[in-house]
Amino acid sequence: MKYIAEFRDGELARTLARSIAAAVQPGRRYSFMEFCGGHTHAISRYGLADLLPANVRMVHGPGCPVCVLPIGRVDLAIALALERGVMLCSYGDTLRVPASGGLSLLKAKARGADVRMVYSTLDALQLARDNPQREVVFFAIGFETTTPPTALAIQQARSEGLANFSVLCCHVLTPAAISHILESPEVRQWGTVPIDGFIGPAHVSTVIGSRPYEFFAEEYRKPVVIAGFEPLDVMQAIRMLVRQVNEGRCEVENEFARAVTREGNVKAQDRVAQVFELRREFEWRGLSVVPYSALRIRADYADFDAERRFGLQYRSVPDHKACECGAILRGVKRPQDCRLFGKVCTPDNPMGSCMVSSEGACAAHYSYGRYKDMALNDG
Amino acid sequence: MAEGKRIAARPLDLKNGRVDLTHGAGGRAMVQLVRELFAARLGNEYLGQGNDGAVLPLPAGEGARLVMSTDSHVVSPLEFAGGDIGCLSVHGTINDVAMMGAKPLYLAAGFILEEGFPLADLARIVESMAQAARAARVPVVTGDTKVVQRGKGDGLFITTTGVGVLPAGVELGGDRARAGDAILLSGTLGDHGVAVMSRRENLAFDAPVDSDTAALHELVAAMLATGAQLRCLRDPTRGGLAATLNEIAHQSGAGMLLREQLIPVRPAVAAACELLGLDPLDVANEGKLVAVCAAADADRLLAAMRAHPLGREAARIGEVVADAHCFVQMETAFGGRRIVDWLASDPLPRIC
Amino acid sequence: MCLALPVKVVDVEAAGDWATADLGGVRKRISLALLEGVVSGDYVILHVGYALTKLDPAEAERTLALFARMEP
Repeated sequence: MKYIAEFRDGELARTLARSIAAAVQPGRRYSFMEFCGGHTHAISRYGLADLLPANVRMVHGPGCPVCVLPIGRVDLAIALALERGVMLCSYGDTLRVPASGGLSLLKAKARGADVRMVYSTLDALQLARDNPQREVVFFAIGFETTTPPTALAIQQARSEGLANFSVLCCHVLTPAAISHILESPEVRQWGTVPIDGFIGPAHVSTVIGSRPYEFFAEEYRKPVVIAGFEPLDVMQAIRMLVRQVNEGRCEVENEFARAVTREGNVKAQDRVAQVFELRREFEWRGLSVVPYSALRIRADYADFDAERRFGLQYRSVPDHKACECGAILRGVKRPQDCRLFGKVCTPDNPMGSCMVSSEGACAAHYSYGRYKDMALNDG
Repeated sequence: MAEGKRIAARPLDLKNGRVDLTHGAGGRAMVQLVRELFAARLGNEYLGQGNDGAVLPLPAGEGARLVMSTDSHVVSPLEFAGGDIGCLSVHGTINDVAMMGAKPLYLAAGFILEEGFPLADLARIVESMAQAARAARVPVVTGDTKVVQRGKGDGLFITTTGVGVLPAGVELGGDRARAGDAILLSGTLGDHGVAVMSRRENLAFDAPVDSDTAALHELVAAMLATGAQLRCLRDPTRGGLAATLNEIAHQSGAGMLLREQLIPVRPAVAAACELLGLDPLDVANEGKLVAVCAAADADRLLAAMRAHPLGREAARIGEVVADAHCFVQMETAFGGRRIVDWLASDPLPRIC
Repeated sequence: MCLALPVKVVDVEAAGDWATADLGGVRKRISLALLEGVVSGDYVILHVGYALTKLDPAEAERTLALFARMEP
C-alpha cells in the first residue's frame, strides 16, 4: 500500500528514535499534546512511546469527536429513533456511546429503533432515496475533516428534492478546542497545563490548511507541527517540536506537506460555509461549554435540519462525578490517575468521554498500554 | 434409500418454489421437502434409516472418548465469495471437534427456514453442505426442519452438531499452555471476515478475497501424527486471533508475546481492513487454527503443517510467557510494543 | 473515526465527480466532489467516501528522505 507502508517502516523508526534521543536536552522535560484522535490511536497501536526518550511525554488531547460528543446529543438521536420512528443513520463508533437511561444507539436498536450503521453520508442519502415513505436522519459528528461531506450531502439532498432526508448536526471545530485548552478558567483550577507544543491534526489540516494554527503559535507562544497519519510522521513531528523548543521558536511547521497546504481545500471550505454557520456556544463532553466551537445548519437549508424539523430541545446531562475526563483531556491528569479507570470504567462499560471511542486517551491506554502500569505496580 | 410411494402429486418446484408453513408442519409437505431436497443431496446409509434418531456404530479403541460439539450459523449474507452458510456449518462443527484432537465422525443438522425462502436458494445451499460433507468424509446422519413465519427468521439458520472420537493419550485444552511454549498459526488472517463484509449492504468495495472456510480435521491428523507435544488447538473464528489467544492466555494463567511481522495477512485483506478501520487480528477466520506446542517441537510441527494444503503459509508467530496478568502482548512491526486486547464487541453483525 | 487513507484513483467517471479508487487491490467507488482536476493515477486522501485532497508525490519523497537524516 503506497504512501502507507513506507511511512511505517521499522528501520526508519529506529533512525528517527536515535535522532530524537540525540536532540533532547538531558534534564529537560518535553510535553507535547497530540490533538487528533487518529494520532492518539497511532501512538498506542504502534507502541510509539517505547521509541521515545523518557523525558518526552505525549499528552492526549480532545481530538476524538465521538469522545467529546455530549450525552445530551446522543439522547436526541436515540429519541428520534425510538420515539419518532426515523431511520437513524450513524457512523460506527457512535453506536456504542452510552447515553441516558442506560441506552446507546445500539441498545435502542435492540428495543426496536431503526438504527443503521453507515460508512458515509452517501449511504444515508441512498437510504433516503430507497425509502421515500420514511424519515431518514443522518447523525453528523466529526471535526473539519468530516464536515465537508455532510455539507455536500445536504446540498445533494436539496438538488434531488429528497424531502425525507435531514441531518442532526454535531460538527465541532479544532482551533476553538485548542484555544479552550490553553485558556479556560478550569485550567487555572487544575494548574497550568505544561504543554510545550502541539502535534496538529492530519486530516483536519488538509481541509482547513496550516494557516489557522499560526494564531496559536503567535498568541500562546507554542510551536505547532502538523503531522501526517502514520507513525513515522508522528515521530518526525516530535523531532521537529523538540528542535523548536530547544531553539526557542514558536512556529507552525508542516510535516504533512504531501497533503496539507497553507490554504487547505478551499472548495471544501466554501461548501461548508454555504451550508453551516457557527453556533454561539456548544457543550463538549469533558470540556463543558466552549464558545464558537461548533456548527449548525444555516436557515437557508432549514428544511434539512433535523433539530428544526423535529423540534428538538437539547438537555445537558452531566458526567459521573468521579470521572476525570476533563483533566485528562487537558493533559493535567493521565488515565491511570482516574479512580474509575480500568475498574468501573472500561471499553465495555465506558463512564466518560475518554473511554468511549477507541481513539480516546483512556480507551487507547486500556487497550494497548495498560500492561505498562501493571509492570510498574509489580515493581 | 427406499423410494417408496410418491409422497406428493407433484415434485417440488425447485426453480420457483418457496418455503411455506406446511413444510415445517410434520406432514406430507415436510416429508417431501426432506426427501426431495435434503436427503436427495445429503443422503447416506445413516440418514437413509429414516427414523427419529440415527443408529451409529460405537467407535472402538481402548481409552477412546467421545467428543461432541455444536454450532449455530446465522451468517448474513447467506452466500459470499468462497462459501455459504451451508459449507460453513459443516466446516465449523467439524473444526470444533477436530480442535480437541478428535476424528470427526458424524454430523446432525437442524434448519430453521423462513416462510418465503426460495427453494432454489435452499437447494443450492444444501448441495454445498453435501459437497462439504462428502469431501470431508463426515456424513450428515440426522436432521430437523422447522419453518417460521415470514419476518421472523432472516431466511435461513442452520445448527450443526458433530461427534468424534478422541483416541487415548491425546489431551488438548486451553489451560495447558505454559511459559516457553511456541504459538503457531496455520495461515493468513482475516480472509473470511473480509469476504463476508465485502458483500454487505453498506460496503461497496470489491475485495478479491475468498472466505477461507475449510475442514481442518485432516490437517490436525497430520499434526498429531508428528508426535509433537501439542498443548492446545483452537480455531480463531468470531473475535479473530485476538479473542482466541486471550481466551487461552486466561485459561492457562499465562501471557503471550507475539511478533507482528511474523503474522501472515494477505495484502488485499490488509487493505480492506485499513479501509474499514479494522485490525486483522480481530477479524473472523473459518479455515485456520492456532496451535500451542512445546518449543522443541515447533519446527517439526510447522513442517507438517506446511506440507498440507491447508497449512502452506503456516508460521510461528510468538511464544507463551509467564505473566500473572495474562496479557497478550505484541512487538509491532514498527518496533514498539502493545497489548492485543479482546475486542469490546463484534464491530459488524453476524460474520459466522 | 479518523479513517482517512491515501488511495490511488484508477478510473474517473465521465462526469468527473465519481471515481474508482484502489488500495492494495481493493476497489471502492468514491466521490471527487470536493476536489478539482483529479485524473487517473493521482493519489488522494479518502475519508468517509470522499476524496479530501490530492497527495503530492514530490513532497512525499522529500518527507521520507527527511526521516532518514540524522542531524539533531
